[in-house]
Amino acid sequence: MEQPTTPPSVVYEHAHHIDAHEELGWWRKYVFSTDHKVIGIQYAITGLLFLLFGFGLMMLMRWQLAYPGKPIPLIGPWLGQSRAPMGIMLPEFYNQLGAMHGTIMVFLGVVPLAVGGFGNFVMPLQIGAPDMAFPKINMMSYWVYYIGGVIMLASFFPTTGAAQSGWTSYTPLSVITATSGQTFWLVGMIFLITSSLLGSINFITTIVQLRAKGLSYMRLPFFVWAQFVTSFLLLLAFPPLEAAGILQLMDKVAGTSFFLPSGLVISGKPLAVAGQGNPLLWQHLFWFLAHPEVYVLILPAMGIVSEIIANNTRKPLWGYKALVYSVVFLGFMSFIVWAHHMFMTGMGTTMSAFFQTTTMIISIPSVVILTALLLSLWGASIRFTTPMLFALAFLPMFGIGGLTGLPLGLAPSDIHLHDTYYVIGHFHYVVAPGTIFALFAGIYHWFPKATGRKMNELLGKLHFWGSLVCINLVFMPMFIQGLAGMNRRMYDGGAQYAHNQGVLHWNVVQGYAAWGLGLFQIFFIINFFMSLKWGKAVDKNPWEATTLEWLAPSPPGHGNFLTEPIVYRAPYEYSVPGAAKDFSPQFEPEKA
Amino acid sequence: MPEAVHHHHPALAHHFDDLAQQKEAATLGMWVFLATEVLFFGGLFLVYSVYRAWYAGAFAVASHELDVTLGTINTAVLITSSLTMALAVHAAQLGQRRLVILFLVATMALGAVFLGIKGVEYYHKFVEHHVPGPSFAFEPHEYARHAQIFFSLYFIMTGLHALHMVIGLGIMTWMLWWAWRGTITAEYYSPIEVSGLYWHFVDIVWIFLFPLLYLIGRHA
Repeated sequence: MEQPTTPPSVVYEHAHHIDAHEELGWWRKYVFSTDHKVIGIQYAITGLLFLLFGFGLMMLMRWQLAYPGKPIPLIGPWLGQSRAPMGIMLPEFYNQLGAMHGTIMVFLGVVPLAVGGFGNFVMPLQIGAPDMAFPKINMMSYWVYYIGGVIMLASFFPTTGAAQSGWTSYTPLSVITATSGQTFWLVGMIFLITSSLLGSINFITTIVQLRAKGLSYMRLPFFVWAQFVTSFLLLLAFPPLEAAGILQLMDKVAGTSFFLPSGLVISGKPLAVAGQGNPLLWQHLFWFLAHPEVYVLILPAMGIVSEIIANNTRKPLWGYKALVYSVVFLGFMSFIVWAHHMFMTGMGTTMSAFFQTTTMIISIPSVVILTALLLSLWGASIRFTTPMLFALAFLPMFGIGGLTGLPLGLAPSDIHLHDTYYVIGHFHYVVAPGTIFALFAGIYHWFPKATGRKMNELLGKLHFWGSLVCINLVFMPMFIQGLAGMNRRMYDGGAQYAHNQGVLHWNVVQGYAAWGLGLFQIFFIINFFMSLKWGKAVDKNPWEATTLEWLAPSPPGHGNFLTEPIVYRAPYEYSVPGAAKDFSPQFEPEKA
Repeated sequence: MPEAVHHHHPALAHHFDDLAQQKEAATLGMWVFLATEVLFFGGLFLVYSVYRAWYAGAFAVASHELDVTLGTINTAVLITSSLTMALAVHAAQLGQRRLVILFLVATMALGAVFLGIKGVEYYHKFVEHHVPGPSFAFEPHEYARHAQIFFSLYFIMTGLHALHMVIGLGIMTWMLWWAWRGTITAEYYSPIEVSGLYWHFVDIVWIFLFPLLYLIGRHA
């Protein structure tokens, strides 16, 4: 940092975040707060609620797949004539559930929790900053996200229902479907994208400008690196989708045809659109966002897992520099792999060859990261705490998700697997037992920092083992179904097709596993609220960790740190030979 | 510092060390925001490029329907507004409050003139049935469908640009108020500087839009 250029005639008191401030009212303190910790918690709670809601949509779908055409128990009669007359699900409603499950889980659940929640709460603490660089923009980012969420939820209320053309909203289907759902979806997305852009501007500026003294880039905790790269992905990938979303909205409401071809005929009637637009253009613009978005989902998870593994193995992370270079390279490469989602569109073999090559290349840094984390376990005396269990499970789960992705990245095998349950299985191994397990790990790990109390270990372990078993029973059979050729978008699971007959029975197993998974989340919910009140009270550093957030009080007050933190060493100096204790925090001088 | 008598600068936010750091953060934040804007308009320019390449003939014909005179005047107006904006930043750095106000008002006036002329052009297109949708009409008829895509792009691109101008005028009004009440000083002028970056960016977008929309095939 350069020396301040304050004119010599005026010398201001070096007044800091430590200085006294006026007490804020309840609304300013908990609702319209500009404090990164409050905003982080707001993001996290809202994200968790949306995850629960999106999970509920999925359970309805799993009922329909397990027992097609049977009335939905309990809530069936409440869904209404336009969705499930006599409690029996209509195909249109199934399509809405599919589109909205994807949208809600990705854009309203995982990203807000991983980036808005953990990023906001943990990142400034880990770099020793008193707050984000732009606290008001931070608050705005949350409320814009909130409005986007409300719009998405509101889209269920009109009797024609929510968007029903998949979370990818491929044209022309999304535009010609004559319901208002897609319009809600597009407007909602514009808000959600704006929120992410505001957030990422803040993250990048904060990490560049507000690191504590001594905290060089190569001393940053890996979680901060992951958030830094994630912010760049959001920053550069989202704006083109915002533009594309506006164009599709114009197609929907203003009679343009940016993505509508000529000659569309619906129910025997030619469609009155200008035409001559190109549907593939939408797919390119969509995946130019949505592939980096996959890395937005996974990188913060890798960051969380790294922190927890270093802490619970009591060893430095294996290959910290390799991790950093890999994550940067991964971020860069993620911008040039998008068309591997489009091998089936007939875009030509030259294009396919290019995107197959880049896709194989991007698997290298992912494997480097996974291997480094795995090697970190070697020879460690591991503490099997609840957060560590979730972090450990992340490794094989993400491994399965990643490896099953390779056949999808190669056109010849993708042609067979495209749009089958295999794709669903692959993607969900990455984000559900992958990312969401990492997010649970993060909640158990940083809960003491946010509340000053630990979560219960027994309930945590029940939550973990139950979830691990159930979630694998949900997703593992999808590979079998997909390899058999079962299509992913059939509202009855594809019961009328001969090639599905041998694998349909798995739907019942998956159904029970999904409801079981739901039941095991109750342990988490109970644990969460119980621990808020009766959890074991802890001091600053209950996990004996080394990074800066554990220097701040639990929970940290306004301005975070009691004294300005200074960083003396690398982030993961555990079990340093000759040291008095098995962890040497970044904030402790060499000779304490 | 044994007994601190001075209070910190009123504009210094609590989480920054000093005004210099605050200014650096604000400037970096704006540049990062402009990066998102480049990608945002980049998406639109990509769509434009695809259709321009495919429907080159129709784009050239449709482009002739735009009013080059008004477009040129608007380009001049906008470039001049960038000059007055730069002068406002310069005056702010020197702490010349009156000049800051003067140049900000000039910038806003030029921005308003631009939007007014844009409105006149939109009105002409409306009268000529060149607004995409059911009432769209275009001669020669064989180009009508492709021309409709041209005009769709014309309206969405200039429309989003105009929206950025409106937001810019909002920001300038805010800056005018700050300059008026004396918040902007030779020590603390980064708000004006950062707003200026935004204003210049919006101008640059127009510098790309003008030839791409108005001047296609003029040399032929």
